[in-house]
Amino acid sequence: MSNSTVPRSRAEAETTETASRAADATGEQPGKKKLSGKLSLRLRLRRDRTLILMTLPAVALVLVFNYIPILGNVVAFQEYDPYVSSNGFVAMLESPWVGVEQFERIFADSAFWDAVRNTLVLFGLQLVLFFPIPIVLALLINSVIRPRIRAVSQAILYLPHFFSWVLVITVFQQIFGGAGIIAQTLRQHGYEGFDLMTDPGIFKFLVTAEGVWKDAGWGIIVFLAALASVSPDLYEAAAMDGAGRWRRMWHVTLPALRPVIALLLVLRVGDALTVGFEQILLQRDAVGPGAAEVLDTYVWWNGVRNQDFSYAAAAGLIKGLVSVALVLAANKVAHFMGEQGVYKK
Amino acid sequence: MTAVIDKAALDEAAREPRWWEAPPRPVWEDEPGKAGLAGKGIVLAAACLAVLFPLWIVIVTSLSSKQTINAAGGLVVIPKDITFIAYQELLSGGQVTRAAIVSVCVTLAGTVFSMTVSVLAAYGLSRSGSLGHRWLLMTLLATMFFGAGLIPTYLLVQSLGLTDTYLALILPSAVSVFNILVLRAFFMGISPELIDSARIDGAGDWRILWQIVLPLSRAVIAVITLFYAVGYWSAWFNASIYLSDQSMMPLQNVMIQLVQKQEAPVGVSQAIKTGQISALAIQMAVMVMALLPVAVISPFVQRHFKKGMLTGAVKG
Repeated sequence: MSNSTVPRSRAEAETTETASRAADATGEQPGKKKLSGKLSLRLRLRRDRTLILMTLPAVALVLVFNYIPILGNVVAFQEYDPYVSSNGFVAMLESPWVGVEQFERIFADSAFWDAVRNTLVLFGLQLVLFFPIPIVLALLINSVIRPRIRAVSQAILYLPHFFSWVLVITVFQQIFGGAGIIAQTLRQHGYEGFDLMTDPGIFKFLVTAEGVWKDAGWGIIVFLAALASVSPDLYEAAAMDGAGRWRRMWHVTLPALRPVIALLLVLRVGDALTVGFEQILLQRDAVGPGAAEVLDTYVWWNGVRNQDFSYAAAAGLIKGLVSVALVLAANKVAHFMGEQGVYKK
Repeated sequence: MTAVIDKAALDEAAREPRWWEAPPRPVWEDEPGKAGLAGKGIVLAAACLAVLFPLWIVIVTSLSSKQTINAAGGLVVIPKDITFIAYQELLSGGQVTRAAIVSVCVTLAGTVFSMTVSVLAAYGLSRSGSLGHRWLLMTLLATMFFGAGLIPTYLLVQSLGLTDTYLALILPSAVSVFNILVLRAFFMGISPELIDSARIDGAGDWRILWQIVLPLSRAVIAVITLFYAVGYWSAWFNASIYLSDQSMMPLQNVMIQLVQKQEAPVGVSQAIKTGQISALAIQMAVMVMALLPVAVISPFVQRHFKKGMLTGAVKG
């Protein structure tokens, strides 16, 4: 599908979504003939000035809030002092340079390595316990043929995705917390209560469960879309050849999901160092940093809370660089497996 | 010469199946087993219940009187006496009322701003072959691969003097490149002939966008608007690091104080102390206020998810 044209109709757009994704990612429009071939730059500028003008606000916002801060990463190589100037960015010019001292401090800090370990453990758990659930749910919903039941159950399962993390965690707290409904009921019947929300030992499972509750339903959409694009002819042909329900699932349905599963897996692995910043930050106080500190919260704690900007920026820079490397590597793997990946080769 | 047609029988054969009836099964598909059907039903029902039950408890408890809550030993499952006293208390001025107003205003202003910027950018980038099209697109796309990091962004927002202003809640996260890509993919799916013919008729880009592209893109516009609105409504982190004035805090941040840190809201604490209202009902009422707008709006946009999102869904 990599060489297909830009979708021109809505129906076509739906079937060529992977192709348009790849085209988007590289900015290439292979099928579109270049209108610009013979026009001079001035004419093109005159013709397209409205289009450029329309794009500028978004580009300006991205330049200011995504690109300029990249320059700010120089504080990782400084002993940044925000008070040498009234303006934080000007203060960067006047702060003393210390080279890689901050990085040496970080690598010598056991708390940093704890955060790395927690991040990786949470990522692994999410991969094993979270990732398969939307696939199973999508297969289940796809096998429900009554449209009303499908629509209603989808509506219900999508819902938590739109709740804020504050709300999700609060709901969990009210159910599983020390003052929550389960502990209360147990106590009323003479058993000992419990508090899942403050137990460092099970924190990683709690975080995963919250993630499943919030987003497993939302994850269905992509798989349902892939399933909807499977031609019924394939099922019919398989049935003719004597394939039963399970054989059809194995030989028709799952191969249809393969590209989507591979792509999402790649995206997830590329994003391995980011494991629910808001979600974990909200529970950090209740559980304690020992179990709940991940790389993102480590940066937040040292930078925003302790105002050790250079140290935190250095930690953030390490995380950012490793993340970019992971995304690129994951894409390589996807290509190697013969899948599209996030961008084209 | 007219053949006798049993109209009733034809209608019966052609009608859509009623909602409780299964639609016709493909001939090659064998009848499902009873056990299989039951198993499927149970798993699906359990999944839906896992979503709905906690929400039910929260809503019912927020509507219960102190006596009912005490008798239930905490959260109420079966509603007995419905009372809106907790909501009255929260909405009668004070911290929570102010936070709700802040949240509504930031969400409205932010969503309008984000949508304007995103739709314009998506349209500007959707006419490929235009000057600078590739460069502008790459500028946006690159940000999907790397972020600047929390600390430099924080320092920038401070340097720009945005701290302790509501702009700090809107500007830093105003555009989502992913949303722009979804809009753009959808705009590019609109037939180019239509746009070309409008251009021949003398319409400029503004007019084409406003009178042709937007009306044809209602589905995706609805979906992306919902995404932005939910983003603003759910945001708390920017407020927590950029705002220091408690009275400026949006609803989510007040909810953190109220429910997670178990502090009584200013202005309501008196009613709790004197024992008129259960502190739990107040907490639940705040949660309902936070979830209600989202829960009410998203099902309406729901039917567009597939249509609107598919152009960009696999983009993850």
